[in-house]
Amino acid sequence: MQRTEELFFRSLMLLSSALIVGVLIMIIYSILKVGIPSLSIEMLTQTPKGGFYFGKEGGILNAIVGSLYLALGSTFLALVIGLPVAIFMNTWLLRRKKLVNTIRFILDLLWGVPSIIYGAIGFTVMIMMGWKTSLAAGIIVVGLFVLPIMIRAIDEGLKASPLGLTEASFSLGATRTELGFRVLTRQCFPGIITAILLSFGRAIGDAASVLFTTGFTDNIPTSLGQPTATLPLSIFFQLTSPIPEVKNRAYAAAVVLTVIILLTSVLSRLFSSKYKKQTIKF
Amino acid sequence: MSLWTFVILLSPLIIFAGLMWKSSMLLEDNSIWKLIWSDSWKPLSGEFGFRPFILSSLWVTLISLVVAGPVCILSALHLTYFAHSRFTRIMQPAIDILAGIPSVVYGVWGVIVIVPFISDRLAPLFGAETSGYSILAGGLVLSVMIIPFILNILIEIFNTIPVELQEASLSLGVSRWITVRAVLLRKALPGVVSAMGLGLSRAFGETIAVLMVVGNVTRIPEGIFRPGYPLPALIANNYGEMLSIPLYDSALMMAALILFVIVLLFNLASRFVIIRYENKYR
Amino acid sequence: MEKLNNHQPKIKIEELNLSIGRAKILRDINVEIPKHKITVILGPSGCGKTTLLKSMNRLTDIYSDIRVTGKILIDGEDILHTTKDVTEIRKKMGLLSQRPYPLPMNIYKNISFGLRISGRRKKQFLDKRIEHYLKQASLWDEVKDRLKEPAAGLSIGQQQRLCLARGLAVDPDIILADEPTSALDPISSQEIEKKFVELKNGYTIVLVTHILRQAIRLADYVIFMYLGEVIEQGPADQFFKSPQTEITRAYLKGSIN
Repeated sequence: MQRTEELFFRSLMLLSSALIVGVLIMIIYSILKVGIPSLSIEMLTQTPKGGFYFGKEGGILNAIVGSLYLALGSTFLALVIGLPVAIFMNTWLLRRKKLVNTIRFILDLLWGVPSIIYGAIGFTVMIMMGWKTSLAAGIIVVGLFVLPIMIRAIDEGLKASPLGLTEASFSLGATRTELGFRVLTRQCFPGIITAILLSFGRAIGDAASVLFTTGFTDNIPTSLGQPTATLPLSIFFQLTSPIPEVKNRAYAAAVVLTVIILLTSVLSRLFSSKYKKQTIKF
Repeated sequence: MSLWTFVILLSPLIIFAGLMWKSSMLLEDNSIWKLIWSDSWKPLSGEFGFRPFILSSLWVTLISLVVAGPVCILSALHLTYFAHSRFTRIMQPAIDILAGIPSVVYGVWGVIVIVPFISDRLAPLFGAETSGYSILAGGLVLSVMIIPFILNILIEIFNTIPVELQEASLSLGVSRWITVRAVLLRKALPGVVSAMGLGLSRAFGETIAVLMVVGNVTRIPEGIFRPGYPLPALIANNYGEMLSIPLYDSALMMAALILFVIVLLFNLASRFVIIRYENKYR
Repeated sequence: MEKLNNHQPKIKIEELNLSIGRAKILRDINVEIPKHKITVILGPSGCGKTTLLKSMNRLTDIYSDIRVTGKILIDGEDILHTTKDVTEIRKKMGLLSQRPYPLPMNIYKNISFGLRISGRRKKQFLDKRIEHYLKQASLWDEVKDRLKEPAAGLSIGQQQRLCLARGLAVDPDIILADEPTSALDPISSQEIEKKFVELKNGYTIVLVTHILRQAIRLADYVIFMYLGEVIEQGPADQFFKSPQTEITRAYLKGSIN
């Protein structure tokens, strides 16, 4: 009787794991199934002609370029603020364990805040200041949304750096800032790259934070003050259209977005395994 | 650097204060209990009852946990205690990819696969008629989205248990599954519960994917095949109307505040339990 | 080496080779473990003694990328190539780890766990057995009034004795002990050591330790390992008084740790 229970649950467990992989395959398959037929040179290189809601011609270049601008900008912003903070946490504050752990805890909490809250707050501030929807607003809001992720991911990479390295550099006379930037960054380079890729993936894929802040447009923005199209919103606005050509743009955008995410995932793995060879083995 | 760190430490409070301030206008005329309890949502008449939205959110979240919970527990047990290393090597990237797929893409999958599945196949089995855009659709899509999240936490939880405990039980001549069921699961119970709590907070705040399949009808849902209108969807759909109707912006900020508080509380409580649980073994 | 030809050895290991992944942990192991004696497996850290111990009740099965060749004969039966379920084999042996790992239950349930899983559930039977084994482990007087309290509430020395009682409760023939006193204070350590001497009349005891003094105190028979190989084995007197190899001599002098 013990045997049957064991057999039953073992199969159930295997089934659960297999189910999860199966669902992943199903999702990617269904996206590719509707999206690939919609892909064409025009789709990828033209902006929607006749307006994104009704226009039957053109493609999603506006969203592709817009998303890239947005994601690169916000990731850069998060990096510029986040890297020093993460290094700060792991050098100057190294001794004050309780403080650092509290910061980590709060960052984890912030990571869990839904992006729509960032978007809603961002929108409110924009109204108060009289700002219009723009690329800049999007970069700031998405940058802030992605910041906890960036900091925590770099922090995890830095944490893994054995304490001995920090102590050794201290004794060699490095000042705390020098130590921070030079030694840790080099040792933890793969960790930082992974953090950047992770943040980029989140930044480019999120819709709720850009919904209120970057607006949407048919054109490729030429300045930070203009509204910008993004891939997530391109899908969101065009998916439910009765016009098939418009719907196709949504499907195409879904494929492009999924491919970008898969690429970042693969790159991230490649980086961590390749660079692991260059760091000192402990 | 230390300035930014300081800001980070205070940020949840800042967000709370900001949302509170913006909701305060609504709270002048209405008590908070009336707002949460009332199911009458007529913005033009100045009536803002949040109950339909809160209930919709609860339903969708509950369904997602009921589906994802057991699957994740079984799969995590499988991967930690029973699977060959070959299997786990496939699973890890699969989990990462699932975690990285953007919300909109899940929404597209929901619209093209889950919604028709419910309207054409599932509902007729129960004698119900539905367009497919329903609480159930939202719950199912959400369940897949929270799987990678919960799974990773559970694997970490199970890995914290020292292998010697497993050895002690096995040495008594107890089979692997019974060891897992009667000893290891018991030991991991607080961790498992918190993993569910974190899953809940993640599910509660998810906006776009659910919005795309849930129907967005302002009514207390009569059943899982009926449409609903979760809290984040309310905010996302109506930000445009915010300024045209008096107190509407305050109401939406109040919705954001309720969302923020619920997500934060579950997040906090769950992480707290996990920290205490992990400290017992380190 | 004195031949154990009047009794069959309780455990006989032939040509055992064990690797986990790429790492070769045990190399050409050939040992014999006599009945009703305390056999000490001795050696510096990392020499594979714990792995050897744990292979005896196939705890090493936990690792999915493990490769084992050779034979492990317990009472003449090869446990590595048997149709019997591994849980039956494990019931013959009880394990005591470095640190006590009480099950997450109360004291009563800790001891009765193994019995209940085997299907013995009658309350009277269990009550008697639990008292018997707790007495055997010299823990009865201290816990008889609080059997329903969580095991985690006991002191570390008491927990280790609890784990001993728990292991004895399934009626093994062999006790495997992996550095069982390393986490204990001197008094509790002494108690455990006394226990082993008492118990060897009814059980075969295999003890892994890296404490030379403990080995000298307790061993009837010694197996000395170094870097995954058995260097020397034999009766304790012979081993400590006239070691045969250079490495053994160096270890006993304290130059290898």
